[in-house]
Amino acid sequence: MKTINKILFISLLLISFTSCEEDLELIDPNNTGDAIALINDKNVKSTLIGAYNAISSGNLYGGNAFRNSELLAANNEVVFSGTFNDVADIYGKSMITANADATNLWIACYNTINIANNVLSALAVVNEADRDQVEGEALFLRGVTYFELILMYAKPFSAGNTSTNLGVPIMLTEDRNSTDAIARSTVQQVYDQIVSDLTSAESLLAEGPAAGKATKEAASAFLSRVYLQMGEYDEARDAANRTIASGNYSLRPTVASAFNGGSSSEDLFDIPVSTVDGVNSMNTFYASATNGGRGDIEVLTAHLNLYEVNDARRNLFYIDTGTGDTRVGKWINRYGSVKVIRLAEMYLTRAECNQRLTTSIGDTPLNDVNTIRNRAGLADLGVVSLNAILNERRLELAHEGQRLHDVKRLQGNLSQGTTIFQYDDNKLIFPIPQREMDVNSLLTQNDGYTSN
Amino acid sequence: MKRILLLFLSCLMAISVLAQERVITGKVTSSEDGSALPGVNVLVKGTTIGTVSDSDGSFRISVSGSSSTLSLSFIGFVSQDVEVGARTSIDVMMSPDVKQLSEVVVVGYGTQLKQDLTGNIAKISGDNVQNIPITTIEQAIQGRAAGVLVTSQNGKLGQGMNIRIRGSSSISASNEPLYVIDGMIVTTDNLSSNGASTNPMADINSNDIQSIEILKDASAAAIYGSRAANGVVLITTKRGKAGKTNFSANFQYGSSKPTRNRKYLNSEQYVELMRESAINNDQADGLDPVNNPADYPGSWLEFWEGYMDYLGGDTDWRNLETNTNWEKEAFQKASLTSFDLNASGGNEKTQFFFGGGYTDQDGILIGNAFKRISGRINLDHKATDRLSFGVNVNIAKTINNRLAADNAFSTPLQLAAQAPITPVRDKQGNLYSNTEYLPGLGYAAMSYYPATMELVNSSFVTTVFRNIATMNASYKLNNDLRLVGEYGFDLLTQNDDRYQNEYTDTGIGIGGYGQSRWTQVFNQTARISLGYDKVFNAHNISANVGAETQGKTISISDAQAQGFPLPELAKLASASEPVITTSSFAEERFVSFFGRVNYKYKDRYLFTVSGRGDGSSKFGPDNKFGFFPAASAGWILTQEQFLSNQKTLSFLKFKASYGVTGNAGIPNYGYLAQYSGITYGGTSGLAPSQIPNPELRWEKTTQYDIGFDFGFFNDRLTGELDYYNKQTTDLLLNTPVSATSGFVTQFRNVGDLENKGIELVLNYTVVKTRDLSVSIGGNFASNENKILKLDGEQEQIGPTGSRFLNAVKVGEPIGVFIGREYAGVDPANGDALWYVNGDTPGETTNSFNTANAVVLGNPTPTSIYGFNTNATYKGIELFVLFQGVNGNKVFDGAGSFQSANGRFEDNSTIDQLDRWQQPGDITMVPQARLYTNNGAQSSSRFLYDGSYLRLKTITLAYNFPSSLTSKISLTSLRVYVTGQNLLTWTDYKGWDPEVNTDFNASNVSLGNDFYAAPQPKNLTFGIKVGF
Repeated sequence: MKTINKILFISLLLISFTSCEEDLELIDPNNTGDAIALINDKNVKSTLIGAYNAISSGNLYGGNAFRNSELLAANNEVVFSGTFNDVADIYGKSMITANADATNLWIACYNTINIANNVLSALAVVNEADRDQVEGEALFLRGVTYFELILMYAKPFSAGNTSTNLGVPIMLTEDRNSTDAIARSTVQQVYDQIVSDLTSAESLLAEGPAAGKATKEAASAFLSRVYLQMGEYDEARDAANRTIASGNYSLRPTVASAFNGGSSSEDLFDIPVSTVDGVNSMNTFYASATNGGRGDIEVLTAHLNLYEVNDARRNLFYIDTGTGDTRVGKWINRYGSVKVIRLAEMYLTRAECNQRLTTSIGDTPLNDVNTIRNRAGLADLGVVSLNAILNERRLELAHEGQRLHDVKRLQGNLSQGTTIFQYDDNKLIFPIPQREMDVNSLLTQNDGYTSN
Repeated sequence: MKRILLLFLSCLMAISVLAQERVITGKVTSSEDGSALPGVNVLVKGTTIGTVSDSDGSFRISVSGSSSTLSLSFIGFVSQDVEVGARTSIDVMMSPDVKQLSEVVVVGYGTQLKQDLTGNIAKISGDNVQNIPITTIEQAIQGRAAGVLVTSQNGKLGQGMNIRIRGSSSISASNEPLYVIDGMIVTTDNLSSNGASTNPMADINSNDIQSIEILKDASAAAIYGSRAANGVVLITTKRGKAGKTNFSANFQYGSSKPTRNRKYLNSEQYVELMRESAINNDQADGLDPVNNPADYPGSWLEFWEGYMDYLGGDTDWRNLETNTNWEKEAFQKASLTSFDLNASGGNEKTQFFFGGGYTDQDGILIGNAFKRISGRINLDHKATDRLSFGVNVNIAKTINNRLAADNAFSTPLQLAAQAPITPVRDKQGNLYSNTEYLPGLGYAAMSYYPATMELVNSSFVTTVFRNIATMNASYKLNNDLRLVGEYGFDLLTQNDDRYQNEYTDTGIGIGGYGQSRWTQVFNQTARISLGYDKVFNAHNISANVGAETQGKTISISDAQAQGFPLPELAKLASASEPVITTSSFAEERFVSFFGRVNYKYKDRYLFTVSGRGDGSSKFGPDNKFGFFPAASAGWILTQEQFLSNQKTLSFLKFKASYGVTGNAGIPNYGYLAQYSGITYGGTSGLAPSQIPNPELRWEKTTQYDIGFDFGFFNDRLTGELDYYNKQTTDLLLNTPVSATSGFVTQFRNVGDLENKGIELVLNYTVVKTRDLSVSIGGNFASNENKILKLDGEQEQIGPTGSRFLNAVKVGEPIGVFIGREYAGVDPANGDALWYVNGDTPGETTNSFNTANAVVLGNPTPTSIYGFNTNATYKGIELFVLFQGVNGNKVFDGAGSFQSANGRFEDNSTIDQLDRWQQPGDITMVPQARLYTNNGAQSSSRFLYDGSYLRLKTITLAYNFPSSLTSKISLTSLRVYVTGQNLLTWTDYKGWDPEVNTDFNASNVSLGNDFYAAPQPKNLTFGIKVGF
């Protein structure tokens, strides 16, 4: 080879080698890293928004968390006629461990918890003036998410043995981003964590209202729900009373106006949905095609018959102009916010607890129930009983995801066809997702589920 | 023409022969059939004296002396030398030359003689892919190359395809081969916006192709190192040759139909089954609404009959007024037209090929169409003895009228789910839907939104502008050494324009919905290489070293909006509310050095060593570079003395190769920690989306291959037999992690898998004479894929969800179906049963949950084959190609709806009539129960044998004799008729066993059907003229 050729060849190769290391270090213009996200006040607050976004997932408070529990509690009052296998299996109480909705709820919950933990780990860089609020919001989101987990993946508190029955794994601030295997804590431990998070949140948070955000009242409202589930009626009553007594929220004048809009004066916590942001998956499954839904859930006469004829809540149901089926009227606006917890529930919780404890903290049970009845266009009751309060609760909160949990805490039962499921039936509890069983050797599957 | 010229020249030479010498006479015949061979060149060796045999094969020639030798040669026959000796009359038998091993094969960065190959390369000649009504080249490969599994997802045009060369070598990274066109790595990313993948290879006109080479083993592919683990498909386009300018024009017209139809219930059967379903519910509740009128109000029967009043629209189901065959409504009369015009030629210095093509094809599904207009210029110029350069420019525009993904109600084949008692239109001619799309007018009569509405109220057009251009310059430094520089880019610009007006299920209530999405992919490669070729004595060396950089950027902007004032105003300019406005950018880069040395000694000992160093932006800081070496050796035994004295074995080569290839087919930035932008309640924020893995590195596949290439009877029978073993380690696994971490998966290098298999190729020339030739060929390959290890602890990933059954499980092939085993029906009560598959063999249960999930089957064929025959008689040609697969199962995910014994409003497949009706019934179809899941869960009930054999292509052509064509100033004239997919033999009960439903297709989600369209069955007529 001629010398000139050699030189030519080598120099050409060198040129193509030059700075190739740097050429391969590319910056992702669409995403940023952990270090930047948690570096300063502004970014930590942005990450907190990320936690809200996580809880607003369609699989969680975007609606499926409520749809799932409503379908487990269908009780021959509604029919699921949709074509999604996994949802149909929830309705049929015949889930397998790989059930996609059971898997997705779990994932959405821990995603929310992890982002909240990320925020909690970086409080030091948050401006001092805002630190309590940021911490309170993160604790609120973590607490309510653990509550959704314990409701769906563990035996109810009312089944007793809370210190031996398995709850869910508890991931706290120091566990953020950890992929290590982790065992389930007990039901009691999880409830303790929830109460701790929400109690702290209530003390740290500013008063509401604040649409789509955690407030002091949202925290106390959730605390009342948690205590009710635990059967701690005095605590539940007091938390409900604090929420009402704050005076920062008020019932909408009509039932219809409490739904299908944005955040209302009655919403203690709701998930905003707009054309550009968020999803209302209650609408997706409950609403008719004309209203942007799939029309998968039909209301049966058995349910309609529970209402008095002139009950405004009964009139909220509508006939699907397409299929002719009866549909739930609470979810007709695909851009309406998803109601997570409403003030009406606080009246009913306070009434129930006062009735049980024969107290009148805040107001008498009779007055509280009549407040709700009046708003529904119904006449006052003269006397009130626990059953009447529970019945009012069932109707007021119908199709908002609460019925299953009320049946469980009241140790009732639910029917599906001719089969009766007791409140603590294994089939009313989600399986621990198979994918989690596969990657986390310390997990124990719920009773009644085989492996996949 | 050539022959006449030759004859003329030979005659001239014959005349010049001196007269005084000895005259030899003789006759040349074919060893094939003893027929006379006219036009054979007969030459006295070492002289210019020669003649040509005449029409009866006889010749006369003068020779001087007795030591002369005659050389006989004839195109298509083996040349022969004959000693004259003292003879004056010599009869010679010539044998047809069927030698195929001497052909030239394109290899990575070069070409090689096929007989010198030590790696495994399948070559498909361009002739085989011309004028077949296909939208994308991969379809032409099907059945033609051993070990290359080609699977269409469905019968939609221009949609994604699965190509697996020697099995799946990865779980999470890409399993698709690398595509290289004229040396340029081209873009094959799926750029679809709707979940059903599209195929950028559809932009390439298959009529421009000279040859397709598929590099299968490590030795052949390793020069593409990092991206070669799934094999490499090299596509070479046509180039001009010096000489007169040849024009060729081809016109084709035809039509398509589905390969087959399914059978669904008619109105009478539907009403019977569904009423029974409702009555069964009532009887379970202790009611008898049929015989006891008091039970009717509030009964399921009342509910259902009321619902049928709705489904009947303005017709009465009670007298079966309507009997719609909805499956038929999903299909359309599909025609296809294609036109190609080529010109090629040039002189010694400059050669060109110009090609233009236009294709307009309807899909078999309503609303589906594909158009492509393309042009190509390939130019080669020799500037000096040392310097030559060339350019290839390909431009194309494709317009694809697309359809919703298979899981959408609006996809045409989901029409099959509509009730047969529902009319398509009301008596005034208005289409029925599932909603009153014009309030108060009552056009609602359906359970599900129908594609018939979507067809007239929406459009979804994907337009692709594609420009692939390469330029190269080659400079000869001296006789042995040349320097080659190449640069090329592939620019792909795609627009998805979609509009669903206010009457569609997407647009209803929001005033219509529109989308405009632009995607631009710019993919460029620059390369410089040095080639060295040297022959000295018995040594033959050819070497190549080079450096290459490749970069690809993908930019996407997407706008979606709603609220259009009129259904006719389809552009976003008319929309009132934006829904999505987004843009994104991604980039990847590779820096590579490669080299290869081929060494041949004495034409029989062959060695190849190659290596490639690759750096990729996709990996962690310390692991960006990988080195991929390969070595191979071959030994041509027939060149050895000890095999020279026999005639049977004409060629035998033993070859072996070993090497490492890599896979980087994962998303960009996969090693970084990521927080993505999100919004909540109108506020922007950040959310973690990926956990980092700075250790992320190349996935490696180590492969060895041993094999024989052989030829018998003067290469009349040729073949290749190969065994390979591919071990993939450091799998780039999107590893499931405990979701308690806040994340679901992380890319990690964990896990191993293997592919082992054999490949056999055989070609046999049955007859080859001037007028008649018949050859048959076949290929067979079997592959065993097995997952060896996942992340160590984990034994199984998936199935995900309840609808599909694919999983990854150690010890099983990728995508293995895992689920409950269906056991039929309890004769006592009509309950569906499953095998418990627990401790007691054969035990069954009616509780789906109690049954254990077991391995049910493999979604990937374990063996694939193709065989063909090519026969010509005078101008008549017949080509037939069969193709088939074996050993796989297909899961019908739609079984839960359409074969679910009257569970839903959906119409049922005809086999559901066998449902259990009374105690004692023995059947596999459980009792019908309305809205009750009695056996409709995904289980082996909906799993079928997916093996099939298909008459893939049959072409009958007639080439007019030149005596005729010359009269009309044509050099050639060919008329032909081609059929594609005309016959399919299979036990699969669905539409087509070649399926993998588009919305769900992935490396692991394989072999699933879900209202996926069957392949089209085409019949086309064509005419091709040369002038």
